Amino acid sequence: MNARIRLAALASLTMLVALIVASTYWQAWAAPDLANKSDNSIQLVSQFTIDRGRIFASDGTMLARNHIVHAGGRTYYFRRYPLGPLTAAAVGYATQTKSRASLELSANDYLTGADQSLAGAIKQIGDRLFGSTIHGSDVYTSLNLKAQRIATQALGSNCGAAIAIEPSTGRVLALVTKPTYNPNDVESHYNRIKEITSPSCSPASPLVDRATQGLYPPGSSFKVVTAAAALDSGRFTPSSVFHDPGYCIEYKQRVNNYTNRDQLGPEAFGTLSLATGFQNSVNSVFCNIGMQLGISGVMNYARRFGFDQTPSIDLPTNALKISGLYQRSHLLSPREENHQDPGRTAFGQGNLLVTPLQMALVAATVANNGTEMQPHLVDHVRRSNGDIVRIKPQTLGRPIKPETAMELTQMMESVVTAGTGTAAAIPGVKVAGKTGTAENGTGQPNTTWFISFAPADAPRVAVAVVLQNQSGTGGTTAAPIARQIMQAILSSAPNSNS
Amino acid sequence: MSARTRELWILILVGLITVTGFASVYIARQNEISAGSLSYVGIFFALYLVAHLVGRLTVPDADPYLLPMAAFLTGLGLTEIYRLNPTDAFRQGLWVVIGVAGFAVTLIALRHDFRRLESYKYLFGLSALALLFLPALPKIGHSINGARLWVRVGSLQFQPGELGKIAMIVFLAAYLHSKQEVLALGRLKDFGPLLAIWGCAMLVLVATHDLGSALLFFGIFLAILYLATSRLLYVGVGTALFLIGAAGVYETTAHVRSRVTIWLHPWTTQPVPCPTRGGLLMQRQECESFQLVKSLYSIAQGGFSGTGLGKGTFTLTNGKNLIPDLNTDFIFSALAQELGLVGVAALLLVLMLFVVRGFHIALLVDDGFSKLACAGLTFGFALQTFIIIGGILRLIPLTGITLPFISYGGSSVVANFILLAGLLLVSQRANEAR
Repeated sequence: MNARIRLAALASLTMLVALIVASTYWQAWAAPDLANKSDNSIQLVSQFTIDRGRIFASDGTMLARNHIVHAGGRTYYFRRYPLGPLTAAAVGYATQTKSRASLELSANDYLTGADQSLAGAIKQIGDRLFGSTIHGSDVYTSLNLKAQRIATQALGSNCGAAIAIEPSTGRVLALVTKPTYNPNDVESHYNRIKEITSPSCSPASPLVDRATQGLYPPGSSFKVVTAAAALDSGRFTPSSVFHDPGYCIEYKQRVNNYTNRDQLGPEAFGTLSLATGFQNSVNSVFCNIGMQLGISGVMNYARRFGFDQTPSIDLPTNALKISGLYQRSHLLSPREENHQDPGRTAFGQGNLLVTPLQMALVAATVANNGTEMQPHLVDHVRRSNGDIVRIKPQTLGRPIKPETAMELTQMMESVVTAGTGTAAAIPGVKVAGKTGTAENGTGQPNTTWFISFAPADAPRVAVAVVLQNQSGTGGTTAAPIARQIMQAILSSAPNSNS
Repeated sequence: MSARTRELWILILVGLITVTGFASVYIARQNEISAGSLSYVGIFFALYLVAHLVGRLTVPDADPYLLPMAAFLTGLGLTEIYRLNPTDAFRQGLWVVIGVAGFAVTLIALRHDFRRLESYKYLFGLSALALLFLPALPKIGHSINGARLWVRVGSLQFQPGELGKIAMIVFLAAYLHSKQEVLALGRLKDFGPLLAIWGCAMLVLVATHDLGSALLFFGIFLAILYLATSRLLYVGVGTALFLIGAAGVYETTAHVRSRVTIWLHPWTTQPVPCPTRGGLLMQRQECESFQLVKSLYSIAQGGFSGTGLGKGTFTLTNGKNLIPDLNTDFIFSALAQELGLVGVAALLLVLMLFVVRGFHIALLVDDGFSKLACAGLTFGFALQTFIIIGGILRLIPLTGITLPFISYGGSSVVANFILLAGLLLVSQRANEAR
């Protein structure tokens, strides 16, 4: 019988060895994945025993601080947000029961000190062994609080968003979405957030950062991309001549220009140049360019600016939205886009949906001589040992030639000096911009846009503003808000925190 | 050095390890618990000293490693239960007293020749069945988490299946030992009683809704059947029959179906209907698989070296528990978080050593009944460990059975002490003969 007993013993030991293997899988192999699951409350709670790094605005104002609580024989560092809703979209929240959002999530490694150098990591293992508190790194953002306040005020009770970027570095200077929420309510007064309503849109969706997660038809603001494609491809110049009867003919049907409410029919401009068409936002001009370049001619340039890809910004990737052609909330692949309408797409109607972040990047790229910089909120990080880690500006690509950028800048300047965007003019400063008024169907309110940068000859800020459910145009509604944000930033000292 | 002196020295070592564990919990949580509760360790050590002395009198030549390993496992369990809930630790301490008493009674009663149990085999068989079906009775039977495994009398509740398991092993060993030769011939009529047992296992499964216990009983049955007859074919046919039966129960019992679904797909990205919330749509990890998933998070949180005893995270800061049933079925995930992979591997190695010693005794002893009983008890110990920890680690569907010697629970502690006494009795017989 002993041979059989040995076999039974072998079987028993195999089972127990399988348990050791499975434990190794969960505790070594799968552990990092599980730690990142949003419902991992153990991870969430245990991370509050870390003295979490604080978050600051560019002027050193504290945006997130710690509030010490002693419970169950341990010390916990809970979060408080002194400025409440003002920076909610950028800073987000870190809670026990509702996980984390925005920078509190994407910069978690810094904030919990997990980004340490080798020496720091060894010290941390020691801290863990001896039970001392682990100190996270402080995160300094590039947010300009003055611009943040002015943008919040200017957006008022509208539903919409504004984002401002420094073109030469990609530093995000302002990130505002309306309606927003108070991050101090997330843990214990979540119902207050659920009950938020807005006179301008329903549902109010206060937790959605419309600047990076909102998808809107770009309207004429997309003409910057179409014009970039037209000029950069060498097939058109700013003085290329078009004839505008008030419409263009696509698929043997009329596609009308924009009609103001007080006009009887669409405006007709007759014979005009590309530059004049841009300045007055003449749809038929761009409709014809779109038909000549073809859908892929337009979309290939859009892709160079970052359309059709998850935007690269230091916010949680899974919350970001991709700009591109959508059909029934499904992003079309380049192969599927062949059936799309090139004329309407070229002036920003059709099936295009974009985020304010993407449109701000288009403006910033034109401003930065055709070079696109990676947008980022974290300017630098200060470790608990005093070391400073600077986030270096990264180039994302060069979507258009410097000459194209120069021609576009001139065209965008004439929009503000003599075209549809005069409301964005700042005395003594050259401003370049483009309006957008996207129609959501007859009788429906418009989505209005303004994208711009200033000063046009040495840009320090690029802005995108979007407003939902407007009766006016981009020039009357969004342009004044963009102007106030640009003024706020231009009146601050340049690079105030570096 | 005599076997018992060796045992005493290892017991002292285990006592030191347990003191260290308790001290570590005490240091980490001294705002919550008083230094007086450290006296648990003293009481605990005294109990094992009593067990050791009873062993000296009754089984002087028995294996010197089993008792200290059992002490290590109960000590570890008690430390973790104490860390999770000091009141439960006090109760568990009382159960250890009763367990040691059961251990002493078993040793003293059977010190001359335990093989006379063989002649009471049908009594054991019947009591095994009775104990198994007790929870299925109305009034006293009691369900927890959909599995009907408990008997509740007044405020006392216990799982009779734990003792039923030992009675069943004694019966099987005795019965198969007496029928060894005829069964090996493979005549159909000799298999009547065995098919009856298969039927009973299935009935237990249906009556208690518990795949784990059914798997444990049937696994032990097949192992002893194979050991007695040397026919792997029986194991194959038996496994096939069990799978057919289990498939039938799967089709008819929502509780079993849910356990399998949880095992295969604990996480969903889309909301699915939640049966316990009246079909409300929610992600499965927030509903049916909540416990398994939270327990996996706990295990993963331990990482390589663990958070340290007393420093794990099991509650929200307002004291709300994050993992249900932590100190009974899920004590492994609490240990895994605080001791890490290093600690878990050490724990599993001790369990392996226990199993190795058990089979070692079965190899040494010279009569068939002792071999079958000893190997059966040891195999049952290993299989039970595999079913509960394997369930927690998602190797197999999760079922609620206890982790031998470690989990909180009276019936489990008492049954495992009797099992330990049984192994020592067989070992004494094996060693004194040489």
